Amino acid sequence: MLLQQLVSGLTIGSTYALVAIGYSLIFSVLELINFANGSLYMLGGYITLMIYLSMKANFFLALFISLIIAGIIGFSVDIFALRPLRKKKAPRKAYIISTLGVGIIIDNSIQLLFGSETKRFPNILDFGKFEIAGAIVSWTQVIIFVISVVLMALISLVVYKTKIGKAMRSTAQNIDTSRLMGVNVQGVIAFTFFISSVLAAIAATLISMYYQTVDVNMGFQVGMKTFAAAVLGGVGIMPGAMFGGIIIGILESLGASYISSGYRDAIAFAVLILVLLFKPEGIFGKPQIDKL
Amino acid sequence: MVIKMLEKIVIYSKIIVAFVLALACIFPFLFDNPYSMRIATISLTFVMITLSLNIVTGYMGQTSFGTAAFWGLGAYTGAILTTRYGVGIEITFVLAAIVAGIFGLLVGMPALKLKGYYLSIVTLGFCEIIRLVELNWVSLTGGPLGIMNIPKLKLFGFKFTDNRSIYFLMLIMVIVTTILVYRLVNSAFGLVLTSIKDDEIATQAMGINIVEYKIKAFVIHAMICGVAGAFYAQYISYIDSTMFTTNQSIEMMVMAIVGGMGSIAGSFIGAIVLSVLPEIMRSLMEYRMLLYGLIMVIMMIVKPEGLFGNVNFVHIKQRLDAKNAIGEAKKI
Repeated sequence: MLLQQLVSGLTIGSTYALVAIGYSLIFSVLELINFANGSLYMLGGYITLMIYLSMKANFFLALFISLIIAGIIGFSVDIFALRPLRKKKAPRKAYIISTLGVGIIIDNSIQLLFGSETKRFPNILDFGKFEIAGAIVSWTQVIIFVISVVLMALISLVVYKTKIGKAMRSTAQNIDTSRLMGVNVQGVIAFTFFISSVLAAIAATLISMYYQTVDVNMGFQVGMKTFAAAVLGGVGIMPGAMFGGIIIGILESLGASYISSGYRDAIAFAVLILVLLFKPEGIFGKPQIDKL
Repeated sequence: MVIKMLEKIVIYSKIIVAFVLALACIFPFLFDNPYSMRIATISLTFVMITLSLNIVTGYMGQTSFGTAAFWGLGAYTGAILTTRYGVGIEITFVLAAIVAGIFGLLVGMPALKLKGYYLSIVTLGFCEIIRLVELNWVSLTGGPLGIMNIPKLKLFGFKFTDNRSIYFLMLIMVIVTTILVYRLVNSAFGLVLTSIKDDEIATQAMGINIVEYKIKAFVIHAMICGVAGAFYAQYISYIDSTMFTTNQSIEMMVMAIVGGMGSIAGSFIGAIVLSVLPEIMRSLMEYRMLLYGLIMVIMMIVKPEGLFGNVNFVHIKQRLDAKNAIGEAKKI
């Protein structure tokens, strides 16, 4: 029972980690919480399904096209909703409300275009199940976990080992100095939005395959939970986001089976509020000192 | 142009307030059908909530999305008390305020110690937790069925049976809230709130315990929402958990933003326009949230402080007084 819950928690948690990385990347570059991330997640899952259904072709081709579209939409969120605010040096509150507004626009556009009913999603990763120590593990779960871990490794590689990663890290430290040093800051921000939307879209596709459904409201809950995960690990710290995502996933599936399945979605928030009480900077975070 | 108009508003401010008040008083006699009375009463409820949200968001600059949760807590408190014990609003309003206030304190204490965006995320989460509790605690809240047949409002045995008396009760509550908010923001307390909005660290450096002030303002906001909720539950006589979702919090935030951050007149205009507009555009109902999203984004880009935000009526008045004084001096 415990092992079984751990396995499903790890599966869900690893996809949460992917979305949480997106929050963390954007936060570290812009000191901004992208509240539209949950909607971008839902959008990714939806577009994959819609392209797959309308083309009736290869699933991976559909996924590839959908990732590009999701990335472009993520990138345009920055251009249309955030760049004008940066130009005006608007207060932080304006960014929060603007990204929330974008989230609402995406959710409702999808709802108006495709209807609000839950849709069936094909599971192309269904290769049967096997048993380990009394827990039944499906190959879908294994593949989701492996893909997520590989992607996390890949993103870490990009951020810590490549030139664009270096540019991202320097922008995170100081946006103006980076610009003076010849870093294409606008390009870095666009790239960050692109990456985080693509990660969200992959996570959504994986989780939709796992549950075999997509619906319009799935983004909101996941967006909130993964943000909770990012804060839990320490906002703006990549390993923190990965760790937080997996922790939230495991706690959620343990909570659902041992406490009450009705409160499943509340567990992440309860944990978040408790962590903020005792360690506001998150598990991996360092306390920051504000200067005037 | 705009400045001239604003100066006119300042000069005639007393007349405008009196006119609006008179209009509000004769409204139920002009439009005496249940439909328009209902819209009017509900818009006034939203005015009350938006005013309280404006203390936190407009004057103090903290983004809270817990409004619907406090509203819901008040509504459930009122509904449970009246359906089980049949008490009047003199008790339900007080208890609803206390319950919402306690929860405001519990949420505010961890969240308000931290910088701005933590409050947004904690309140969003809090809204979800409260909604899930309302949905799952069947023995107390009726679960998915909600609470039905909530008794009508009564005060010390006097029953508010017709729409008109309920409307006037709400109007009085709005007037009381307006006076409260006005006095609050024009006091030393209000000055601290404004300075927190402008610069938290500088305020702290002045020796002010900003956490204490933030929590106080947040609790006041929660209590007002709680009272509005208790009224709402008894007014519409049926509540369930789908009425108090995060989307509702966002709608209230949009009301506060559109009208103007940190403006009492703005709260009135935002709340009334955005609760009447959906009724007028019934056919566009499904596009409503989409429009809200667009309003949020466009408003932030064009005028982040809202219609009446950034309009400092006190300053305009001072400038006018100075102008008049110069004019008089020239005559002499």
